[in-house]
Amino acid sequence: MQASLSLSVSNPAAIPRSSHGFESSIPFPSKPVNLRFCGLRREALGFSSASTYPLSTSRSSRSVARSNKVSASLGSANGSSSAPKSFDYDLIIIGAGVGGHGAALHAVEKGLKTAIVEGDVVGGTCVNRGCVPSKALLAVSGRMRELQNEHHLKALGLQVSAAGYDRQGVADHANNLAMKIRGNLTNSMKALGVDILTGFGAVLGPQKVKVGKDTVVTAKDIIIATGSVPFVPKGIEVDGKTVITSDHALKLEFVPDWIAIVGSGYIGLEFSDVYTALGSEVTFVEALDQLMPGFDPEIGKLAQRVLINPRKIDYHTGVFATKITPAKDGKPVTIELIDAKTKEPKETLEVDAALIATGRAPFTNGLGLENINVATQRGFIPVDERMRVIDSNGDLVPHLFCIGDANGKMMLAHAASAQGISVVEQLTGRDHVLNHLSIPAACFTHPEISMVGLTEPQAREKAELEGFEVAVAKTSFKANTKALAENEGEGLAKLIYRPDNGEILGVHIFGLHAADLIHEASNAIALGTRIQDLKLAVHAHPTLSEVLDELFKSAKVNAHVGRSPVAEPVAV
Amino acid sequence: MAHLLQTSFLPSSQCLRPNPDRSSSSTSSPMVQISRRRSKTGGAVQAKIREIFMPALSSTMTEGKIVSWVKSEGEKLAKGESVVVVESDKADMDVETFYDGYLAAIMVEEGGVAAVGSAIALLAETEDEIEAARSKAAGSGSSAASSSPATASTSADPIPAEIAAPIAASAPIAAAPVAKLASAVHPASDGGKRVVASPYAKKLAKELKVELAAIAGSGPLGRIVAKDVETAAAAPVPVAAVTAAAPAPAAASNVELGTVVPFTTMQGAVSRNMLESLSVPTFRVGYTITTDALDALYKKIKSKGVTMTALLAKATALALAKHPVVNSSCRDGNSFTYNSSINIAVAVAIDGGLITPVLQDADKSDIYSLSRKWKELVDKARAKQLQPHEYNTGTFTLSNLGMFGVDRFDAILPPGTGAIMAVGASQPTAVGTKDGRIGIKNQMQVNVTADHRVIYGADLAAFLQTLSKIIEDPKDLTF
Repeated sequence: MQASLSLSVSNPAAIPRSSHGFESSIPFPSKPVNLRFCGLRREALGFSSASTYPLSTSRSSRSVARSNKVSASLGSANGSSSAPKSFDYDLIIIGAGVGGHGAALHAVEKGLKTAIVEGDVVGGTCVNRGCVPSKALLAVSGRMRELQNEHHLKALGLQVSAAGYDRQGVADHANNLAMKIRGNLTNSMKALGVDILTGFGAVLGPQKVKVGKDTVVTAKDIIIATGSVPFVPKGIEVDGKTVITSDHALKLEFVPDWIAIVGSGYIGLEFSDVYTALGSEVTFVEALDQLMPGFDPEIGKLAQRVLINPRKIDYHTGVFATKITPAKDGKPVTIELIDAKTKEPKETLEVDAALIATGRAPFTNGLGLENINVATQRGFIPVDERMRVIDSNGDLVPHLFCIGDANGKMMLAHAASAQGISVVEQLTGRDHVLNHLSIPAACFTHPEISMVGLTEPQAREKAELEGFEVAVAKTSFKANTKALAENEGEGLAKLIYRPDNGEILGVHIFGLHAADLIHEASNAIALGTRIQDLKLAVHAHPTLSEVLDELFKSAKVNAHVGRSPVAEPVAV
Repeated sequence: MAHLLQTSFLPSSQCLRPNPDRSSSSTSSPMVQISRRRSKTGGAVQAKIREIFMPALSSTMTEGKIVSWVKSEGEKLAKGESVVVVESDKADMDVETFYDGYLAAIMVEEGGVAAVGSAIALLAETEDEIEAARSKAAGSGSSAASSSPATASTSADPIPAEIAAPIAASAPIAAAPVAKLASAVHPASDGGKRVVASPYAKKLAKELKVELAAIAGSGPLGRIVAKDVETAAAAPVPVAAVTAAAPAPAAASNVELGTVVPFTTMQGAVSRNMLESLSVPTFRVGYTITTDALDALYKKIKSKGVTMTALLAKATALALAKHPVVNSSCRDGNSFTYNSSINIAVAVAIDGGLITPVLQDADKSDIYSLSRKWKELVDKARAKQLQPHEYNTGTFTLSNLGMFGVDRFDAILPPGTGAIMAVGASQPTAVGTKDGRIGIKNQMQVNVTADHRVIYGADLAAFLQTLSKIIEDPKDLTF
């Protein structure tokens, strides 16, 4: 996603297109469709540009049919909700985070007149307070780790004198990166002709959105993509200085000597990586009995061996933090812990700072959902598998979709974007259901953790239920030439699959560049490629990707090689 | 096929600094090697407690890391069952047992490293023997503590140079009641019941086998931080100039000229402590003490095993009892930490470094038991078997170079303490008396270095005056 953004900006050809703004209220301006591709996609699909013209014709004819349908549905609404007869936009997206942005780009590509409403800053959590600035901090922590690891450097024959860092410099790097990506995002949307409406968006009624105080805009379809905010459990007082959420932590205003991290999921784990690299000591507070509860148990165990045990980290598991009081008047931050099961008080921790990483809560308040009879569930907007919003009677709300963290299906930036693209596909006449099991996830610790599909216990449960066999294959980074060259042999790749037909159920990787390695597996799941076919694919040597190559090759599939997409002879 | 290794009980904590020499006892069997403990007489195998050894999983493996224990203590094992997962230099492997029995005691915890061939657990044949096995494991555990890095330096036998100067004395003194003292406790520590230590400090303490409760914290609000544990574990002997006595020339000849030799763990710790001392504002006060009476006393009770070091420590402790502030320290820059006991650390040079065995509660023990204690400490130091609390709990340090003829010198303050006294040689000195006569008296010079944040000039002066009175009239030293 980010790659496509920077490309679109660096490609000067994309910029002049911003002059083709949608000032007119005509739903479908008759512009050559191929101009609406963003830079990257146009390049990727450049060879087929000739074929896009016939497509555009068919699309406009379809859009006419659609608008007819809309007015018909309006007529049946007895005029009480006074839905508009003509629309300002084809699609309005509330929220310009990664989900909204992905949807907007795809909508434009598909020829929809699109507006995006942003009440805060373009880019949302991911770009401003999440994945993006945290990657900047993690880039720093990764280098610090390398430079501080004398043993490792010595093994490579390197000599480095004491490495140090400048806190403000690190913080600036994170902030600059967020600003740059935000700029890229804004430019890419402007360049493509997406109207950015500034103000808080709320649903006023069917197909009607209020922006800010009194601007009302109409659209044929609405996507809610308002995202989430850090979830702070009751009893925890966040002061933004010593008791903080990821929002504050990413500004890196200070590096405490000792920080407690409440929650050992992705966010907590990544921050523990950052803080320990910068010299802090970390205490994890985890409500469940095990650290890193979301991960495949085997990966979690290994990750604990590498990411927790040898570092300056200790942990309390099976405890709730019932009360956290910020530091005041020379007193430290206090954290009261109770046993998660017996609810008995266990211990009081005193630390210099506490980071609340207990997950994220959907940001859906004030969205005007009552206007359309939608009740949230724990704040999440209920949707069906096509992201269509379900109202309190269990009926689908026409023309209203919700993607991303706000629907809680899979709280990941790229999942939101994928959901948005799926919605736009449906709006433009192609039914599409996103397979969430094909969406990879990554945790950018050093080394990284990544996964796609089911964990082993999940797979076994499913197998039991549906009556199939499950097998597991594993390969170690210790056997990979490239990993050994980097002296980073610590790592494991694990494949969970069906030996009867070669279907991949899940892949989990812990090791050097795991986040980049997972896509071979996630693409295979998305495209339904079977292991017996993957075994024949070639990987460059020596690369880390051979870890996956080995993994697929070590799987024992009983089925014969299927029809391979590249099986037909190709003249070269 | 399992080799019955007749090695002695190998302590688990060797894993901290595994001794590669021991890999020679390895075999290439991928199974746990279990040796049956034999009686010393070499008779029939009676004992049914077996040691589980770190196996050699590859030809190049010299040490292995315990990834996880598949079985827990007390669990029944059947021949061929996986007991433990070991990580070698190549891969993780499940290791199985050759014998039925019970996993009685785990000696190397998960994450720990053990040399190939060293015992990692005990296997009891029957349930009844589990207890026996455990006590054995515990026994080996304590001896294992001695191999903590502080003492585990290098090759040859460390020769602690007991440094004591001949001293004599005169002048009277009365022992005063000991002031009621409270040691600084962390505000959150529940009146001292709870230890507040940072995560890394806890981890280090476990690794280095340091008792956290015995350490005073120097972190924010008295929290124990890693530095405190390292200081405690590394026997922070701070003295600027302590040299090995007899073996010094021999040691010197061992040094290969023109080479750069990295610090041992102990030397590294000393180096860190020395640097750290630069952040403490110290000052020095010297005093000349007549030792005729002390020398006479020493001559008299020497045959009862009393050493000069014990006499000096005792005298110092009695003086400290009257001047608690000199026994205090400044840990956080904001407060006095008044130590509840008077523990006199005495710097001893050992091979490749120095260590400060501690005479605990030196003010309360009589001179004979103090002397015995000192002998025991020196023997342990020589055998590198000092327990952490025997070298890191000092509240006041003595450093004595008198036996080399050094008449005065200057010591560096060990971090975490308030004062250190450098003791010079006692030598015959021409002294003018008030009545105009000139006589010869044995005199020694002492020089105290102190942290001026808590100990002021007048405090030291008063302390030294008391000390000189005790030494010059040493009757209180023998009770």
